Amino acid sequence: MRAGALTGIKLGLVSCESCGLLSRPVKVDEPGLCARCGEELELRRHNPIQRTWALIIAALICYIPANVLPVMVSTTLVSEEEDTILSGVVLLYTTGSWPLALIVLIASVMIPLAKLGALAYLLITVHRRSIRGQNDRIRLYRLVEFVGRWSMLDVFVITFTVALIQLQPLMSVEPGMGVLFFAAVVVLTMIAAETFDPRLIWDSSNE
Amino acid sequence: MSSLLENIIACPDCDLLQSIPALPPRGKARCPRCGHAVASSKPNSLDRTLALTVAAAIALIIANTTSLMGLSAVGREASTTILGGALEMWLQGQEITALLVAFCAVFAPAVHIGFMLTVLLAARRSPAPWWVGRLLRWSSWHEGWGMVEVMMLGIMVALIKIAELARVIPGIGMFAAGALVLLIAAMTVSFDPHEVWERVKWANGETPAAHRESAVPKGVNP
Repeated sequence: MRAGALTGIKLGLVSCESCGLLSRPVKVDEPGLCARCGEELELRRHNPIQRTWALIIAALICYIPANVLPVMVSTTLVSEEEDTILSGVVLLYTTGSWPLALIVLIASVMIPLAKLGALAYLLITVHRRSIRGQNDRIRLYRLVEFVGRWSMLDVFVITFTVALIQLQPLMSVEPGMGVLFFAAVVVLTMIAAETFDPRLIWDSSNE
Repeated sequence: MSSLLENIIACPDCDLLQSIPALPPRGKARCPRCGHAVASSKPNSLDRTLALTVAAAIALIIANTTSLMGLSAVGREASTTILGGALEMWLQGQEITALLVAFCAVFAPAVHIGFMLTVLLAARRSPAPWWVGRLLRWSSWHEGWGMVEVMMLGIMVALIKIAELARVIPGIGMFAAGALVLLIAAMTVSFDPHEVWERVKWANGETPAAHRESAVPKGVNP
C-alpha cells in the first residue's frame, strides 16, 4: 500500500499486546516490560513463521488418524459399529437430516483443512515478502481466527452422545481413538493461528 | 516514557501508527490501512458489563449444577450434566479429550467470568490496583478458549441424532447454558478493556491517565 506509512517498527516503537500501550524502549531488540501492565514487550511475536509451520505440520500429521480411526463405537445386543468423522456425516445425511450433516461436514472436515491451507498460504506470502492483496490476506487471517473454534463441534457431539447412551447391555456408545487426534488437530490449528503475527503481512511494505 | 505516546497507538493487526480521534457515543474507529477496529466508544461500559457478568455467573452456576438433558428409552432413564459428559469420556478411556472438554466448556468460561467480575468490581475504584491488569489479561486469554456456544450446537446435534433412538428431555441446565451463550456474547460486546487500562495503576508505579486527567481543573484541556 502507501510506501510512506508510518509504523511502530519503523520508529522503534513497541505496542504492548496485552494492554495496547505504545512505548519507546531503549533497545528495540530487548524492549523489556510494559510500563503499564508489566507484560513482556515484543516488537513481533517470537519466531512466528517457524513456530506456525511446526504447528501446521503437527496438525496435518494428526489429521490422518483423526479421519481414519473411529471416533465412536456403538454396541447393541446384536452388532458393533465403528464410525469415523466422515461416516458420521454420511449417517446423518442418510437418516434425513441433511442440514445437520452439512453443519458437521463444514465444522469437522472443511474448516480444519481450509484453516491449514489458509495459514500455509499466509506463511508463504509473508516469506516471499509479497505486498499484493494485503487487505484480503488480513481478512483471511481474521476469518481463520474466528471460525477455528467451531471445529470443536464434533468433540462435543461425541462427548454428549457417549454420556447419554450408556444403556448396557441394550445399547452403548464408546469414544474411539480418532476423537483424540481430531481434538489435537483443532487445538494445534487454534494455537497456530495465535502464533502467527498478522503484522508480518504488512511488514514487507515498510521497506 | 513520553506522555505524548499515550494518545498514539499502533494498530495490533498491521502496526500502523495512528492517533485516536474523539469518538461520538457508540462510535468506532477503524485502522485506515487494515480496517481493524482500534477503538470504540461504549457508554457505561463498565457498569453494563458488570450487570451482564453477574447474570452470566448465575447462568454458569445453574448450567453446571443442573441436568443438561435426560433420555428415556425402553424403560430406562439417563441424564447428564456438562461435567458428567466429560467424566464419562474419562471413564471410557479418553482422558485427554475429557480434560479438553472440561477446560473449554467449564473451566475457561468460569475463569473468564470470575476474573471479569473481580476486574469490574476492583475497577470501580480509581486508581485500580495493579493486579487488576493481570487478571484482565488472564480473563481475556481464557475467553478465547471458552466454547460454550460451540458446546450448545454440539448438544443440539447430539440430541437430534439421539432423538432417532430414544426420547430426549431437555433439562434446566440446557436453558441456562443457552442463556450463558447470549450473556457471554453481550459481555464481549459491551466491554471496553481500554477503560479498565486507563484506571489501572501502572506496573512501574505511575498513576493512570484517567486519574491524572481528573486532577486537571476543568476547561484546561482543549
